[in-house]
Amino acid sequence: MGTDCACCSDEKSKKLLAVIEAEKNTPGSLIHILHEAQEIYGYLPLEVQKTISEHTGIPLAEIYGVVTFYAQFSLKPKGQYRISVCLGTACYVKGADKVLDRLKSELNMDVGDCSEDGKFSLDACRCIGACGLAPVITINDDVYGRLDESEVPGILAKY
Amino acid sequence: MKTVNIKIDGKELVVPEGITILEAARQANITIPTLCFLKDINEIGACRMCVVEIKGARALQAACVYPVSEGLEVYTNTKKVRDARKVTLELILSNHDRQCLTCERSENCELQNLAKSLNVRDIRYKALYDNEMQPIDDVSTSIVRNNNKCILCRRCVSVCKKVQTVAVIDTMERGFLTKVGSAFGKSLADTPCVNCGQCIAVCPVGALTEKSHIDQVWDAIADPEKYVVFQTAPAVRASIGEAFGMPIGTRATGKMVSAIRGLGVDKVFDTNTGADLTILEEGTELLNRIQNGGKLPLITSCSPGWIKFCEHNYPDFLDNLSSCKSPHEMFGAVLKTYYAEKMGIDPAKMYVVSVMPCTAKKFEAQREEMKNSSGFVDVDAVLTTRELAQMIKECGIDFANLEDSQFDDPMGDASGAAVIFGATGGVMEAALRTVADVLTGTSAPIDKIEYQAVRGVEGIKEATVNVAGKEIRVAVASGLGNARKLLDAIRAGEANYEFIEIMACPGGCVNGGGQIIQPSSVRSWIDLRTERAKALYEEDRALPIRKSHDNPMIKALYDEYYKEPGSHKAHEDLHTHYVKRDNY
Repeated sequence: MGTDCACCSDEKSKKLLAVIEAEKNTPGSLIHILHEAQEIYGYLPLEVQKTISEHTGIPLAEIYGVVTFYAQFSLKPKGQYRISVCLGTACYVKGADKVLDRLKSELNMDVGDCSEDGKFSLDACRCIGACGLAPVITINDDVYGRLDESEVPGILAKY
Repeated sequence: MKTVNIKIDGKELVVPEGITILEAARQANITIPTLCFLKDINEIGACRMCVVEIKGARALQAACVYPVSEGLEVYTNTKKVRDARKVTLELILSNHDRQCLTCERSENCELQNLAKSLNVRDIRYKALYDNEMQPIDDVSTSIVRNNNKCILCRRCVSVCKKVQTVAVIDTMERGFLTKVGSAFGKSLADTPCVNCGQCIAVCPVGALTEKSHIDQVWDAIADPEKYVVFQTAPAVRASIGEAFGMPIGTRATGKMVSAIRGLGVDKVFDTNTGADLTILEEGTELLNRIQNGGKLPLITSCSPGWIKFCEHNYPDFLDNLSSCKSPHEMFGAVLKTYYAEKMGIDPAKMYVVSVMPCTAKKFEAQREEMKNSSGFVDVDAVLTTRELAQMIKECGIDFANLEDSQFDDPMGDASGAAVIFGATGGVMEAALRTVADVLTGTSAPIDKIEYQAVRGVEGIKEATVNVAGKEIRVAVASGLGNARKLLDAIRAGEANYEFIEIMACPGGCVNGGGQIIQPSSVRSWIDLRTERAKALYEEDRALPIRKSHDNPMIKALYDEYYKEPGSHKAHEDLHTHYVKRDNY
């Protein structure tokens, strides 16, 4: 993504370049820039990381190393509906793995993926503090608790 | 220098304040094992092999990063220390592909040596991902990465990022999944990697190796139809002896030639002839540019790692690069045209093998531009110094006890100017020797041909050299981090020169990525660059001809074939061009 390509003239690129410009001389600002970039794009694809690299002088390999170190950062786009399956201890012993497996097979995708139509994305997460409802999943701001895998198709059908 | 009193294993020592325990112990002849440590390049205390007990400290400390202070009491050899090191080593080994018998680094592996010296006989731990082999990246023309053998010491990452400023590898992911690789899992071939191979030179294990050309060279030697010609770069003779137990800095030219002959090749020539030719072409180019207002500074083009670095990062300097091919490519071109014609050999059947201290030459040799008027590629295969040593071992040749022998006629004799190409500043010095004589129209006496200002291992050297009453501002950089500094200064208008020599590897080719690998325990404390360069300067002094233009072979080549340096025919065979390359 050079400064003269079409995608740089759009709003998102302008925002990203503004963030980089404001932060690039602050030592240790890479993580902050990455957060902002993910906020803008929803994820951190090659083109975005390249832009950050070109404008900060930080090597792409180093940026990618940071992005893959933190679970917070994503290399794949997120869906319109972001499904998170809690794999905390309580949910896990209550069968969250079965719920997750069912979601994978219903949506035909793996953890971290986004469906081709961009509707759903699937993630596993750490304890969300709703252990009383174990096993629990969230879809955007909706919470579904005390789940049985058989309920998965019905829940997905609501979206 | 302020000193402090410390005690190591009961020995009272007075050492400079602030040095590490590792260095202090070394001064007292106490060896502390290390694995990730590489002096000045990778000092991160990551592997925990160098842990020691410190009186008053709660936990064991890493000696490679712990600075000494007044009254420090250290124990390097207690049971607690030995047990801790052993457990750590077993954990590292548990996650290491232990196919040592078939590993290129067998018997030259820092991990293997540690396992032996720490008496590891059983590995009590099992890797979490024991059955999941990671894919091997062998797409690059020069470098193969096998992460199954990687121990995550980060030495390659540090040398690539800090020394070379190429920075195409880093640590990815975290925890058990941590691996060294390139952004987005790309092959090295799809990154701005310049193939310098410094990562290979510092790898303690077999995770990084060169892309081997050994098999294809054996095939060519075995093929009765093929006329196999070997040529050896100057720096190879200064390192190959190390593979056979000879001291670092041994000049093994004669034994090397004998050994290559023992492989069953048809001819053994010296790339130095190509280097002399390079000087004539490049010297002429320099004079032309100075006299006719051409693009200056002229920058040397012998180092293919530097060339690719320039193509990726400094495309605005491409016109400054000398259009000369590097010496081995020039020589390959001469072999397949002039020499083939003269000897009545079909160039289609000629197979030119370059033995180089370099992995980037493998990339260079397959560049589309590297062809000549015979219609064939200049060079068919490139072997590193290590690969040649391997082939010699395969033949059971007793290298150290070989009789010396001479390169073959007529392409074998070269000048002392050519042999110093292998050390940083050498190309510059060789060029100045010739340019001075051309400008004066006389022959400078022997005591006036050594340009000390451009010698030595300093990263950037600058000098104003008076050549035949003409002031020429020159600069010499080795190591790409230094090249970057120099070019940035020129871009910023802070520096200006007529002539610049740049070598990708720190210290030049003697410290190339294809040379015999020395472990951290050696290269951290002995300056390989200086020791190996000594062998080259020694050979320069020993040769009867010390200027490229005095080489009778070169004179004959111009008389009979190219007419004069920079002629149309010379351009066809001996010159090239460069391309701007994208980063990712």
